[in-house]
Amino acid sequence: MKRHLLDATDLDRADATLVLDTAAQIEQALAGREVKKLPTLRGRTVVNLFYEDSTRTRISFELAAKRLSADVINFSAKGSSVSKGESLKDTALTLEAMGADAVVIRHAASGAPHRLASWVKGSVVNAGDGTHEHPTQALLDAYTVRQRLGRLEGVRVTIVGDVLHSRVARSNVGLLHTLGAEVTLVAPPTLLPVGVGSWPAEVTYDLDAVLPKSDVVMMLRVQAERMNASFFPSAREYSRRYGLDGRRMAALPDDAIVMHPGPMNRGMEIAADVADSVRSTIVEQVANGVSTRMAVLYLLLGGSPA
Amino acid sequence: MTNYLVKGAKPYGGEAADILIKDGRIAAIGDSLPVTGAEVIEADGLIALPGLVDLHTHLREPGREDAETVETGSRAAALGGFTAVHAMANTDPVADTAGVVEQVWRLGQEAGLVDVVPVGAVTVGLAGERLAELGAMADSAARVRVFSDDGHCVADPALMRRALEYVKAFDGVVAQHAEEPRLTVGAQMHEGDRSARLGLTGWPAAAEEAIIARDVLLAEHVGARLHVCHVSTAGSVEILRWAKSRGVRVTAEVTPHHLLLTDACAESYDPVFKVNPPLRTDADVEALRAGLADGTIDAVGTDHAPHAVEDKESEWAQARPGMLGLEQALSVVIETMVEPGRLDWAGVADRMSVRPAAIGRLGEHGRPITAGEPANLVLVDPTARATVDPAALASRSRNSPYAGRELPGRVVATFLRGVPTVLDGKAQK
Repeated sequence: MKRHLLDATDLDRADATLVLDTAAQIEQALAGREVKKLPTLRGRTVVNLFYEDSTRTRISFELAAKRLSADVINFSAKGSSVSKGESLKDTALTLEAMGADAVVIRHAASGAPHRLASWVKGSVVNAGDGTHEHPTQALLDAYTVRQRLGRLEGVRVTIVGDVLHSRVARSNVGLLHTLGAEVTLVAPPTLLPVGVGSWPAEVTYDLDAVLPKSDVVMMLRVQAERMNASFFPSAREYSRRYGLDGRRMAALPDDAIVMHPGPMNRGMEIAADVADSVRSTIVEQVANGVSTRMAVLYLLLGGSPA
Repeated sequence: MTNYLVKGAKPYGGEAADILIKDGRIAAIGDSLPVTGAEVIEADGLIALPGLVDLHTHLREPGREDAETVETGSRAAALGGFTAVHAMANTDPVADTAGVVEQVWRLGQEAGLVDVVPVGAVTVGLAGERLAELGAMADSAARVRVFSDDGHCVADPALMRRALEYVKAFDGVVAQHAEEPRLTVGAQMHEGDRSARLGLTGWPAAAEEAIIARDVLLAEHVGARLHVCHVSTAGSVEILRWAKSRGVRVTAEVTPHHLLLTDACAESYDPVFKVNPPLRTDADVEALRAGLADGTIDAVGTDHAPHAVEDKESEWAQARPGMLGLEQALSVVIETMVEPGRLDWAGVADRMSVRPAAIGRLGEHGRPITAGEPANLVLVDPTARATVDPAALASRSRNSPYAGRELPGRVVATFLRGVPTVLDGKAQK
């Protein structure tokens, strides 16, 4: 493994598989335990540096680090020296001086983790940067697919929605391709980036046409601000053309699964009965997030796999 | 006033000759001129060019003297071989009145390293809403002839038309920063494969091309002079070529960095490469070089944009756009145009001195190297090569995109009206 996890594409097939296998081993090791904790990172310090609110991701990383016995510092930009104008570099140097072994960073600016990595000696884990990447989300998604379907090679994954602004989509396209899955992107043309044709994925505007050929359907969250910016005419039209409801779910093959990175707009991109169906992996994704992030911290800071 | 005899330089790269500089003018030019009462400057193998003229410099004074002052920027310009620079209007306060342009002009006079020629804002406060007092700036001591809201586009087509028409009264030119603002909301880099992958909002080529297309039609309609700042796309070059073929009075400039660098630089997320308009693709770079070679693009304009460290050492999105350009401009032109054989030294003189001086209506610059002309000259060693060290730059800022890059060419001497502002590669003030 490299020192940092900045992009999903930093991982080659062997490294990505190692993370998933390690996550599985960690899950197994903890399964029977009353105290769900491993001593691996005792004495190490992990800083959660969150410039953007994301309670779910922060808690997931915090739990992952604590379960590995690391000391965890949560640093929220709100109400901190950052809100007084301190630069990312100065914050990085402060964390460095305090002996942070790893910095988990969430930031609204694409590339902020890359800048941070050039200023600190410890490891940097990208917990979501702008519209760029969210590599641990892609790892937990791949882990979930493999857990449910038993494989990733040849699995047909359809990612639906706001690809243009989605770091989840970018990370998933890269990682799933690395791991041998076949990815199809479905969105209105306004929500696909220029140059998407060069990505290792099929692209279509027609959700209904691809559903029968999908082993996995991954729905992306539609941000409220897109609804008022003419990316599509109305929420209702979007939902009609690109939302996953019970009728559409019925078009999927029998063992296909439905994923969503959360939080969901129920009734918008995904119908409530679909989100709560047995095909839905949404709750498992949250649980798998902790073991996958444990695996990442373990491999970056703890050394070789167990 | 000291007289100088420049021995053995090659004007425009041609035959070696001696150049006698006396009382601020070229007194004589020829073989083996006698050394009488003149200081000799050995110039064997050096190229002599008319002093370079920049149509597009940001000097940051008044307002951001921590990033650059008229004096530090003038020194950087002289070291780059320039004898005149046009100082852009986006200062604080904005150069939109006779008072501010005169202040900048006087600071330039006091520094005495290059002629600092203020550019006046087209609209009050660069706000794009109503015309600034263009006539007062034209009539001021600064004699403003170039007007630009650079940094912003004059986006309103009716206002742009009025500006083009109005400056005809004093033979002015409107220099447009071509950027349709509704197409570049939040834009961070060139829109294409890389922006999609890097998650940085794209600045589409069409946003530049749409404005240039609109403006050349307006300039044609009203018979006015239009200058297009920092052209960056292949499509823009095509539109300019078409416009010129119709006889539209349009000129254009390209920056050194757009001749050399591409959007691949953004892969590092290092904001030193963030610039507006953004670095484009290999195909755009090729079209820009071709356009400069065939004269579709008239001039090289540096868009020298100094920024304090804290404005660049940050996340990409937070960083201010812009990069230094004055001190390496000629080197970049040598690397991209001269060494590949696309432009000879006469061509360099034309694109970096003669035409920009003509666009800015600067009578004393961009003149031929002949007896009787003002001695605004630069001597260049084309064989030298050096690695760019930002710490060694004269600019007060350090945001050079060429840091660590080896570039050809060295400015050995610069003369402003017969006075050396640079000798042996060192500024004289």
